[in-house]
Amino acid sequence: MSISLAEPVRSGRRDDVRSEAAVRLDGVTKRFGSHTALHEAWLRIERGEFMTLLGPSGCGKTTLLNLIAGFLEVDGGEIFIDGSLVTETPAHRREIGIVFQNYALFPHMSVARNIGYGLRMRGVPKAEAARRVEQALALVKLSGYEDRRPRELSGGQQQRVALARALVIRPKVLLLDEPFSALDKNLRGSMQVELKEIQRKLGVTTVFVTHDQGEALSMSDRIAVMSAGRIRQIAAPDDVYRQPADRFVASFVGDANVIPARLAERRGDMAVAVLGDIAVTVPGQPLADLSPGAPVDLFLRPEQIRVTDPAGAEVLPGTVTAQVFQGDHIDVYVQTPAAGDRRLLVRLPGPEAAGRWPVGARVGLTVPATGAVAFPTGGDDA
Amino acid sequence: MRRSLADRSLSVLGRLLVVAILGFVVLPAAVVTIAAFNSKAILSFPPDSLSFRWFRQALTYDDFRSGFRSGIVVTLWASTLALVVGAAFAFALHRYRFRFRSAIEGVLLSPLIIPHFTIGLGLLMLSAQAGLPRGYGLVVFCHVVLVLPFVMRSVYISLENLDLRLELAATSLGASPGRVLLTITLPLLLPGLVSGWLFAAILSFNEFTATLFVTTQRTQTLPVAMYNYVREYADPTLAALSVIYIAATAALLGFANAYLGLGKVLNVDQPR
Repeated sequence: MSISLAEPVRSGRRDDVRSEAAVRLDGVTKRFGSHTALHEAWLRIERGEFMTLLGPSGCGKTTLLNLIAGFLEVDGGEIFIDGSLVTETPAHRREIGIVFQNYALFPHMSVARNIGYGLRMRGVPKAEAARRVEQALALVKLSGYEDRRPRELSGGQQQRVALARALVIRPKVLLLDEPFSALDKNLRGSMQVELKEIQRKLGVTTVFVTHDQGEALSMSDRIAVMSAGRIRQIAAPDDVYRQPADRFVASFVGDANVIPARLAERRGDMAVAVLGDIAVTVPGQPLADLSPGAPVDLFLRPEQIRVTDPAGAEVLPGTVTAQVFQGDHIDVYVQTPAAGDRRLLVRLPGPEAAGRWPVGARVGLTVPATGAVAFPTGGDDA
Repeated sequence: MRRSLADRSLSVLGRLLVVAILGFVVLPAAVVTIAAFNSKAILSFPPDSLSFRWFRQALTYDDFRSGFRSGIVVTLWASTLALVVGAAFAFALHRYRFRFRSAIEGVLLSPLIIPHFTIGLGLLMLSAQAGLPRGYGLVVFCHVVLVLPFVMRSVYISLENLDLRLELAATSLGASPGRVLLTITLPLLLPGLVSGWLFAAILSFNEFTATLFVTTQRTQTLPVAMYNYVREYADPTLAALSVIYIAATAALLGFANAYLGLGKVLNVDQPR
């Protein structure tokens, strides 16, 4: 039943149009007065893709969303949707569905009239509109709520209505502006799963704005990490996490321990950083401008570090200073002289670690020979 | 836990104070209402015996009848024009940033601080200077100026409470700017518009000071006719008219309350 909600295949079009990106931004710039909110953004979103714009507040992600929606005008560059230029197209002709953080349901209309609003604006015949509203309600599991008013619904139900209202017009792109941040934690998780299911079922191209890196990592096909008006990296969640392009991405996405180290040598497109007598192989590209001996910052994920006995070579000696029980894992904080007396966060699976490495225990930390990244010392962290 | 004597006496005092204040608020109206039923042709309190004759007098007196008609005409025109003009200005001031914005806002709100007799006198002098007739047009214009700040305020508050994302959502769903206005903005502003209009109508209908200057025998409104009456007679007719006034206004507000809710009419309770 939900298949009919999906975009019908357009018969008049040739196959090569299919290879057009669903959304393409060519060097889009937006300024507010003297402040550049978005600096020459280049972005290509494929059909059916779930693309997340991730960054702290003020990074330009919402500006980018508003530019795609047509709520703001660009100061430079071009925007294409489905291969056609829409830079000058007013918002109401762009065929975009949007779900806001507060859902923005029309308070003076019933649920059915909210969902049918876009169909009425398009002049869809009444019978067909009623059928499509019914399907949309079934899709978001709210059949029977037609006559309710938005204020009579819970937050999660309001969000479903907002989603149905955006999807029922068969938008070319679905825009989601921090849609989960108003929900409590339990509901958020189930709504994320549900939204992802619906998105996959309909195959609708989706642009999702969030500042929550967990949300971004779990839901996206690709993530565009943004900071200070610039896109810092566009990659699959796994790559953003494992191969961050710069210091900002490395520290904003996931937890990271920053340890001062030294560049020893470069081998092809890899490089070797040394931490005392421990050698770690890292991607060489971020360190391309440095010569051997230069100081670098080694970024290690908490789960990459292992705790062992303090004796032995190639371990960093330290002292456990705190343990935080997290349910499925334990966060152990270890103070080590190798990290300039900073506390390193080590994530250990299972509760047995708590007894083995109590607070005050002398331990050794082992660092994997590969899988870490390093960047030149200094520069901007998150 | 026992409260101290001081606490208890304070709370008794507090209650007495509240009762006293409420009493003073309704006292004038109560005195006038009782005086209206006096059978004698003097304004006295308490009355010796009761009668409805002054109500008959109030409802049949020619100047009051014509004053009521004039007042209604002026009120309907003035509050409706003020609503249109005030809503447009409120919209512009709320949505756009332009040169002289705060200056324009200041001028439009200035009738709040300029005495009404100054406005009435000024308009009288202007119309005399320009050789304009002192007809309904002048009275309506005067009232529009006087009630504009209240209408603007009311609409402005409604606009403040209107979530812009509702309009953006409608736009993304394919509504052109005109249809967004008709299907989203105006329906959601309706309580503010109605309350603004209602305030304007009540103010206009009761306005006396400025109206005294700009009306003639032909265009005089009810408050002006009442003033002229009381200069000549001192019987309870005015008291009877006051009772009718109070009853009519209460009925109007009750009607509005039944349809919109008093909170919405007074613009304190905004739907979100």
